[in-house]
Amino acid sequence: MPEPAKESGAQTDTVARTLLVALFVSLLCSSLVASAAIVLKPRQVENAIEEMRRNILQVAGLWAPDADVDALFESIEARVVDLETGAYADGINPEAYDLVEASKDPARSIEIPSELDVAKVGRRAKHALVYLVRRDGELSKIILPISGYGLWSTLYGFLALEADANTVANITFYEHGETPGLGDFIVKPAWRELWRGKRAFDDSGELELRVVKGRVSADDPLADYHVDGVSGATLTGNGVTNIIQYWLGDHGYGPFLAKIQAGGGS
Amino acid sequence: MSTETKRALLKPIVDDNPVTLHVLGICSALAVTTSLLPSLYMCVALTVVAALSNAAVSAIRHILPSSIRIIVQMTIIASLVIVVDESLKAFAFETSRELSVFVGLIITNCIVLGRTESFASKNPVGLSFLDGIGNGLGYSTILILVATTRELLGAGTLLGYTVFPNAADGGWYKPNGMMLLPPSAFFVIGLIIWAVRTWKAEQVEKPEFRIHEVHRTEVL
Repeated sequence: MPEPAKESGAQTDTVARTLLVALFVSLLCSSLVASAAIVLKPRQVENAIEEMRRNILQVAGLWAPDADVDALFESIEARVVDLETGAYADGINPEAYDLVEASKDPARSIEIPSELDVAKVGRRAKHALVYLVRRDGELSKIILPISGYGLWSTLYGFLALEADANTVANITFYEHGETPGLGDFIVKPAWRELWRGKRAFDDSGELELRVVKGRVSADDPLADYHVDGVSGATLTGNGVTNIIQYWLGDHGYGPFLAKIQAGGGS
Repeated sequence: MSTETKRALLKPIVDDNPVTLHVLGICSALAVTTSLLPSLYMCVALTVVAALSNAAVSAIRHILPSSIRIIVQMTIIASLVIVVDESLKAFAFETSRELSVFVGLIITNCIVLGRTESFASKNPVGLSFLDGIGNGLGYSTILILVATTRELLGAGTLLGYTVFPNAADGGWYKPNGMMLLPPSAFFVIGLIIWAVRTWKAEQVEKPEFRIHEVHRTEVL
């Protein structure tokens, strides 16, 4: 039953009392939030790594719903690539290489010149981590981590290319904050399926792969390079285009892909 | 169980339901009910937050200056929501991705602040805790009803298990895709409110005014 009105009402409303209560509540709440964050962090990191691996497996087409992620992941070879030369940097152990850490470290990352930074990546690591899938010893897929700005948020994902380093096998985004119901089309299987078989570079080596506005029309001469956009989410689609333009461009994986196309992919 | 505890715990389930009677918490009821599993997590999350924030606000009700009471209640609710959200990310990762922003939005769920302000700030801790659970259960009842309807009719499954074999896979049921779109939650909640108010006529709101013939003497 409701109690009678507070008899100590006059006392509780003094300035000192108000400040004291505010301070006490803030301290208590902040320590609660902070300790929860610290205690739960290791598990969340574990989940994030597993989710990333699951995405790599999915984009590689190796994923099976009930399979053990870590066991499947054994078959994927991680390699560190020097983005400037496009050569493998065998001096760096891929197991221990933390791409996120390296992207923040001033010594191991570079500022992307603003005129090249179409995807608003800001800084990128000098060395990238790529994943190679082999079938019977032959290179079958190349998986490239990609990131960049969409409409609201930075998108993180993977682009899988076939062994020719040109044909798209799949694309996936494992972290994004785009509008639910609109911009989140980028994680929908139906849309990701549209990427299969698209090509990145035309015969003269020009990067043509992009998300267009609306549907790709039947008479589009570049239909092989264009992916349907979603109306109402044009800016997210443009973000994906920018990500592709940057990461497959000369400042991104371009030199590495050129080496593989020339037959140096082993 | 004393009548008072019983009232606090059970009344919000039908007689004083936050969703159907007070029409609160509709936004999340629309957003997360496309399938049953995320709805269940949402129910647990909201019930935990409602119960704990009620208990916490009740515990400090005598020292809480009324000038800052709303912001203090919001701080408590927000902290609890962050803890629940972080726990989901650690222990129910897949579902937390599906629920995305909606767990965070429990902060703005009118049911929680409504109960701390109208009940917990005037009642003892134990009773307030039960009131939070009761209102959480009231919300859960509606959420589960809506989610069951939507998942069953929209996908022919429940908790991911096939109930109506899908026509596309050789079964007989052709899923009603509209059930998976947000408006259908409005329809389902509307039907539930209609059903409840037919059953319990005292919940029907009195019309605010009636249209009637104006007599000449009434017009000045």
